[in-house]
Amino acid sequence: MSQYFDMQRRKFLKSSAALGSLVVGTCFLGAAPRALAGVLTPPSDTAKTANLFVALRPDGIVEITCHRSEMGQQIRTAVAQIVADEMEAAWDKIVVIQAKGDPKYGDQNTDGSRSIRFNLQRLREMGASVRYMMQHAAAKRWGVEPSSCSAVQHLVTHTSGKTFTYAELVSDALSITPPEADALTLKTREEWRYINTGMAHIDLQDIVTGKATFAADVRAPKALVAIIERPPVVGGKVKSVDDTATRAVKGVIDVVSIPAPTGAPQFQPKGGVAVVAENTWAAMQGRRALKIEWDDGPNGDYNSESFKAQLLETVNAPQEMVREKGDAASVLANDTDKLVADYYMPHLTQAPMEPPCATAMYYEDRVDVWASTQNPQADMETVGKMVGMEKEKINVHVTMLGGAFGRKSKPDFSAEAAYVSMKTGKPIRVQWTREDDIQHGYYHAVSAQHIEASLNDQGGIEAYLHRTAFAPIASTFAEGANAPFSFELDLGFTDNPILTPNLKLERGEAPAKARIGWMRSVTNIFHAFAVQSFIAEAAHKAGKDQKDYLLEVIGPDRVLDVTTQNAKYNNYWGNKSVYPLDIARLRGAIEKVADMSGWGRELPKGRGLGIAAHRSFLTYIATVVEVEVSDSGELDIIKSWVSVDAGTVVNTDSVINQTQGGSIYGITTAISGGITFDEGRVQQSNFHDFRVPRMSDSPLDVEVEIIQNGEAPAGVGEPATPVYAPALCNAIFAACGKRIRTLPIGDQLKA
Amino acid sequence: MLTLTVNGKNYEFSGDPTTPVLWFLRDELDLTGPKFGCGMAQCGACTVHIDGVAQRSCVLPVSAAVGRKITTIEGLSEDGDHPVQKAWLDNKVPQCGFCQCGQIMQAASLLASNPTPTDEEIVATMSGNICRCGTYPRIHKAIKAASKSIAGVEYYTPEKEGENA
Ligand code: FES
Ligand code: FES
Repeated sequence: MSQYFDMQRRKFLKSSAALGSLVVGTCFLGAAPRALAGVLTPPSDTAKTANLFVALRPDGIVEITCHRSEMGQQIRTAVAQIVADEMEAAWDKIVVIQAKGDPKYGDQNTDGSRSIRFNLQRLREMGASVRYMMQHAAAKRWGVEPSSCSAVQHLVTHTSGKTFTYAELVSDALSITPPEADALTLKTREEWRYINTGMAHIDLQDIVTGKATFAADVRAPKALVAIIERPPVVGGKVKSVDDTATRAVKGVIDVVSIPAPTGAPQFQPKGGVAVVAENTWAAMQGRRALKIEWDDGPNGDYNSESFKAQLLETVNAPQEMVREKGDAASVLANDTDKLVADYYMPHLTQAPMEPPCATAMYYEDRVDVWASTQNPQADMETVGKMVGMEKEKINVHVTMLGGAFGRKSKPDFSAEAAYVSMKTGKPIRVQWTREDDIQHGYYHAVSAQHIEASLNDQGGIEAYLHRTAFAPIASTFAEGANAPFSFELDLGFTDNPILTPNLKLERGEAPAKARIGWMRSVTNIFHAFAVQSFIAEAAHKAGKDQKDYLLEVIGPDRVLDVTTQNAKYNNYWGNKSVYPLDIARLRGAIEKVADMSGWGRELPKGRGLGIAAHRSFLTYIATVVEVEVSDSGELDIIKSWVSVDAGTVVNTDSVINQTQGGSIYGITTAISGGITFDEGRVQQSNFHDFRVPRMSDSPLDVEVEIIQNGEAPAGVGEPATPVYAPALCNAIFAACGKRIRTLPIGDQLKA
Repeated sequence: MLTLTVNGKNYEFSGDPTTPVLWFLRDELDLTGPKFGCGMAQCGACTVHIDGVAQRSCVLPVSAAVGRKITTIEGLSEDGDHPVQKAWLDNKVPQCGFCQCGQIMQAASLLASNPTPTDEEIVATMSGNICRCGTYPRIHKAIKAASKSIAGVEYYTPEKEGENA
C-alpha cells in the first residue's frame, strides 16, 4: 500500500497507487500567496480542498497527475515542467498520469485559457514540498541540519559531499511531515530550469508515430459503433421513423431512439435515432437507409438572411447602456461629419480536427466513459442525468482531445454513448461524422456591431458610441435568454481601451434560434474585429498612420477601471490588483510588434500592413499582418508578426505554437463563409462548404515574440485569434483601399 | 474474400468490398494511426501510402487496394525515425496532433517523389491536409528540414543559383 498524506487529519491514507510511494497532494497547502500573490483566483469553490497529486515511486519515477485536458496547448507538459522544476526532479524520470473526472481536483474545465493561471502557484508548492521532504529525510538519516542538504536533479547532497538519490529516500520521507505552506521556499525565477523554457512536449513521439490515443482510438473495451441521425432543427424531434432498410444492412445490430431534450439545450443530446453496428462503415450505411420524418418545432423558421437584417436594425437603434462617460449622444447628434460603421460576422463552428466521439459502457451501478472532453466533470453530470444515476457513479476517462476550441466542453456526445450503451447493454462508441459536427454544433454567435465617432480638429476621438447585438450563450442554459450577459460583454466590449471624454456602450438583444456555445476567444472575436477595424477607419479619416493613431486613441500609460464608468466588469475573474487593465502593457505590445514588422517601411504597390491590438484572457497582444491584393482581387497573406505579453509563461515554445495557431485560426473568421441557416437547418456540411484555413491560405511565417516579465500568468490559447481578422482587414485596406466591414471577405475584393 | 497487404503483412477481409480502407484499418486491424476527419477526401487526416503514394483512405474502397501495398504511419518506420518524423520532432510541429499522421504521410510521399520541393510545391502538395490547430508554418519548415536530410547532396540547379546569389 502506498500512502496519501491527508494534512487535515495529519496522517497517511491508504491508496491504490504503487506500493510504498510517497504521494503529496495540494489539498493541505492551501492558497498561501507568496511569490505570485493573488494568482490563485479560485476557479471554483472547491479550489481550497482540491487535490492534485505527485507520487514519488520507490524506483524513483515521479508520477504527476494532470487534471486538465490536453488539446494541443501542451498542458500535460507544462504541469510536469512546473512540478518537476520545483521538486528538482530529473526530466527523464517523469511520467504524467491523466486524471479522470473528479471534483477533488477542483476545476477541470479546460477552457477560458486559465490552466496555468489557476494552477501555477499550487503546482509549484506541491513540487517544492517534495523537495523539502527529500531534504529533510536525508538530513534526518545523516543527523545533520536540513539547511546543509541541497536537492538537485533527483539527488540530495550534503555539504560534506555525501549523497542520497530520491529513490533511496522515499521510505524515509513517508515519516516526514509535509511542510505548511509558509515553511516552503519556492525557487526564484532565476533558479528555474524547466519553467519558462521551450522544452519539447511529452507526447510528441507518440503523436508522430500514431500511438497517441484520441477518442476514436480507444479499443478497450472493444465497442460497437453508433452513428446517430439527429433532428436538423434545434428543438425538433422525430415524428416517425422507418428503419426497415437500416436493419437489413449487413453488420447493423440495433436501432435505438434517443429522446428529445426538454427545456434549455444545456449539454443534452439533441435526440434522434442511433444506428448500432459492428463497424463504422455499416453504421454509416445503416444511417443513410433511415427514413425519418421530423417535427421541426419553433426554430424551423430560422433564416440567416432575415436574422442579419434584424441584428443590424437592433444596433441602429438605442439600446441598454453598458458603460457610460460624458455625453456621447449629444456630441454625436451635433456632428454632421461623424464616422459611422456597421460590422457583421456570421455564426462559426469550432470544427476541431477530431469530430466529437465517446465510448461508454453502462453497468447496473456505474458507467465508464472514455471521451475527448474539455471538462470531465460536466460529462459526469450530463451522463448521470441521461441515464438516471448519481454523477459520482460516472467514471470519465479523458483521452487526447484532437482539438477542441470550446466544442468539447459540451459533452452531449458522451451522454449519447452512455444512453445507447444502457439501451443495448453493450459497450458503444458514438462516432460523429464531420457532417454531424458542422450541423449539430454549439455555434459561435452571429453578431452585428454599430460604431459612431466624432473626431475633433486634431483627429482625436471626441465622442464614441458602440452597440453590440448577438444571441447570448446564456440561452443554452436558460430557455428564452436573449440578452448578452456581463461575461460576454466583458470580452472586448466593456473593456474598450479608447480614451475619450464621451463614451457610450450599449447592448441589444437577440433570440437564440440555434445552440450557442463558446468558440476559441468567444465574443472577443467580433468585438475586437469591430473596435480595431473602426480605429483604423478613424485613423484614415484623421489622415494619420494606423499604428500612431492606435497609440494615440488608447492614450497614455494608466490603469483603466471601467467600473468607474457605470459598468459591471468581471475581469475574467482575475483579481484586479494582480490583473489590472494596464494600458502601458497594451502599448508595449503595439510598440513591440511595430518594431518586429518594420512598421512604416516602403511597400510595393498592392501590398499593405495592418495592425490590431487587444487584451483578452488577461493577456496583451498585438498583431501585424502583411498582405498582397492583386488587381483582380486575389488575396495573399505574406507574413504575420505577433507580440504577446502573457505575464509569466511556462513553456515558451507552446506559447509560440499557440500564438501561431491562434492567428491562423483567426483567418477562419475572414475567409470562411461561416455557418448559415435556412428553415432552421445548417446549410453547410463538411470542409468543402465550411472553409477552414489550409496551408495555401496561411502565411508561412508567423513570427512571435514573447514579452518576458514577471507578471502573473495570463491566458495563452485564445488571445491570438481576435486580433487577427482586424489586422488582416486593416492590411487589406492599406493594400487596395477596400474596407471590409462584413465577414467573410468572400467576393468583396473582386468587386 | 479479399486479401490486403498492410505494412508488409497479408490480411483477409470478408466484409463489404465497398468499405473504405480507413475503416478496414481502424475497425478490423485496430491500426488507429490513420484518422477520420471528414470522410470525403477533404482533410487528409486518413492519409496512407498505396504503393508508396499518399492517398485518402476514407474514400478508397478495399476492393481497389487489393494487390497493392498499403502503408500506414505505423509502418512508415521501425521506431519513428523516418526523416520526416525526425524533422517533425526537431521542429516541434504538433499541437493537438490529430492531423499529424496524415501530414507526415503526405510529406513523406512528397519527398519520396521530389526530395527537394520548392516552397510553392510544398504548399501545393500539403494544402489538401487540414491542420485545424494551424501548424502550417512549422509543417512547411519541417518539410524543408527533412528535404535537406533526405536529399543529402545539393544538386546544382539554375533556380537555386539565383536564390543563393
Ligand atoms: S478523413 Fe479522409 S480526407 Fe478527411
Ligand atoms: S495539430 Fe491539431 S489539427 Fe493539426
